Amino acid sequence: MNACPERIVHLMHDYLDGEISREHELELKSHLQSCVDCQAHMHELSDVVAFVKGAAHVEAPSYFTESVMARLPKEKSHAGVSRWFRQHPVLSAAALFLLFMSSTIFTNFNDEQQFSFTKQENVIIEGETVIIPKGQVVKGDLVVKNGDVQIDGELDGDLTIINGSKYMASTAVITGKTEEINQVFDWLWFKIKDGAKEVLTLFERDEEAE
Amino acid sequence: MDALVNKRVKQVLKGDKDAFAEIVDLYQHRLFQVCYRMLGNRHEAEDIAQEAFVRAFINIHTFDQKRKFSTWLYRIATNLCIDRIRKKKPDYFLDAEVKGTEGLNMYSQIAASDDLPEEELMKLELQDRIQYEISRLPDKYQTAIVLKYMEELSLQEISEILELPLGTVKTRIHRGREALRKQLSKQPHYL
Repeated sequence: MNACPERIVHLMHDYLDGEISREHELELKSHLQSCVDCQAHMHELSDVVAFVKGAAHVEAPSYFTESVMARLPKEKSHAGVSRWFRQHPVLSAAALFLLFMSSTIFTNFNDEQQFSFTKQENVIIEGETVIIPKGQVVKGDLVVKNGDVQIDGELDGDLTIINGSKYMASTAVITGKTEEINQVFDWLWFKIKDGAKEVLTLFERDEEAE
Repeated sequence: MDALVNKRVKQVLKGDKDAFAEIVDLYQHRLFQVCYRMLGNRHEAEDIAQEAFVRAFINIHTFDQKRKFSTWLYRIATNLCIDRIRKKKPDYFLDAEVKGTEGLNMYSQIAASDDLPEEELMKLELQDRIQYEISRLPDKYQTAIVLKYMEELSLQEISEILELPLGTVKTRIHRGREALRKQLSKQPHYL
């Protein structure tokens, strides 16, 4: 159509974008005055802009917002929780850790409902009661779970009763410590002390080995 | 405006769904208009604009509050429109007649086809003619032209919406204008 440089068409578009420097605008104008083809091109482009800008504004229907709200996913009851987790990653990790920790200990506590005791010589079992008969000496620690202890004789060691009670005759002697554990928190404390003790003995054994 | 929108966004993040209704109120016409100009009919525009808001709601936690909310919304909407256009184009070649689609008028169907016979063109009202010419543009140019001239956004905003360099946006608008010029110069009677 014309032999004018590409550059002129670029300038036309820069002009239409409103991003043309003063000197380029002058260059474009002087060229358009001398070139009929480019003048026509510029004219058509301006017409295109006017044509497109002639598009009427369209508006969303009046029920639009309502329809959107109806289409939103129903918030599930746990959505709030998951949002909280997302916003507090460190806290959620800690909470999860605690949950697992406590659940194992509590399950242990509830699972171990069976009557059990440390096997020792010289003890008598009656139902769910461990009896150290009169005149007998039991050497070593005694742990009784979910049962009672009746001590008529001597216990040369510690006594631990979990979920039970102890009956002591006037003749009873316990050389070690006596502990009764009946509540979950006592149980927890016992577990922790027990664990610590085991760790300690491990160390001691190590030292002995060396 | 931005401060208000960010406040509403925070409320939505905390679980206040009603705050989202205010966001929809604020942007519904702009978003609907983009979709209408991209898709060419009210029925589809409504569907896609609504879908854009639903997606915004679901993904609101990914919105960077340091940025402009409208830019983010426009991006969701234009992407959905382009997907829809690309999906539906081959359909029109397969079956020209779209049955039982209330609201799908003839312009949405001619959108994908090439030139209309001149006598048909002459019958179009100016507004339909504008929509027809816009929809004949390749979708890259169409998006840029719609955002620039119908939404009246700055080149900078368009570049952020489309996630394209400013230079690319300018090129698309220039080519869009040239394409329209050629389309219109064949039938100059509208002016």
